[in-house]
Amino acid sequence: MKTAANLALAAPSRNALDAIDQRLIAVIQGGLPLVSRPYQEIARRIGTSEAEVITRLWRMLSEDTIKRLGVVVRHRKLGYRANAMVVWDVPDETVDALGYRLRRFDFITLCYQRPRRLPEWSYNLFCMIHGRDRAKVLARVDELVERCRLQDTPHEVLFSGRCFKQRGAVYQLPAEAL
Amino acid sequence: MTDLERQLLDGFQRDFPLSPTPYADIAARLGVTEQEVLDTLQGLSESGAVSRVGPVFRPHTIGASTLAAMAVPPARLEEVAALVSGYRSVNHNYEREHRFNLWFVVTGPDDDHIQAVLARIDAQTGLPVLSLPMLNDYHIDLAFPLHCA
Repeated sequence: MKTAANLALAAPSRNALDAIDQRLIAVIQGGLPLVSRPYQEIARRIGTSEAEVITRLWRMLSEDTIKRLGVVVRHRKLGYRANAMVVWDVPDETVDALGYRLRRFDFITLCYQRPRRLPEWSYNLFCMIHGRDRAKVLARVDELVERCRLQDTPHEVLFSGRCFKQRGAVYQLPAEAL
Repeated sequence: MTDLERQLLDGFQRDFPLSPTPYADIAARLGVTEQEVLDTLQGLSESGAVSRVGPVFRPHTIGASTLAAMAVPPARLEEVAALVSGYRSVNHNYEREHRFNLWFVVTGPDDDHIQAVLARIDAQTGLPVLSLPMLNDYHIDLAFPLHCA
């Protein structure tokens, strides 16, 4: 007999990840192997078929669980040495409008709303700008201020200094590992 | 940088082929051999220009993550940064020019995991950690166009 619980299992929610998805994520989060048949190699490691791996990756891409699949570059190593996080203190009522406006500038590589932590931290909109040098990045901040009329919006430009660590996120960890 | 390196860096940040032989497909498109593609990607990985060929997960669809910030006394920055980098759950860890001078991303299977990491860093360093998790992602595409910087 079909119960509500069974029906729920039969129709998983959009981003439901099962045990095979979890194993797949654990294996691919550090990158695909650089071999002729990478999906076959991944399939071997998690005990499934190459077709199953490809189907599941396709599904995660189409559901937007995976934002993109491809070459992930390290900007600094490519000569984009100036990297600035620009933070804005925007009224909560208008933060979405500005966020959607900022994302249309092609030099902005990330644009997030984050919570304020008063009194230490009053900025709620974050965007990332990469450039070959600081002057280029600052000119782009000026362009944003000008074109989005942000002259009266408090903001700061936080240039990056040393990079202590950069690699892919590790979402699946062995139990207890921090 | 060679033409092949530039083509691989600029043209394959997204839409990596989901065919059984993706590197051979890329090679066919670029008019080179599969081995050249594999060797070039290996070289770019070894030089550090490429972090990986793989997925970028949308934040919060699998597991949890947060952006954390600390105001570290300058004399202690290297010590605290090394401690933070030592956590497997920390992927990006940067110095920034600000009173909040250490910024890092913590990821894990769930929010409890994130909170445990932040609490332990706080206890080990005696410094408070600001947690600034993403509330809204306005940007659609993380791919970085090399021509526009």
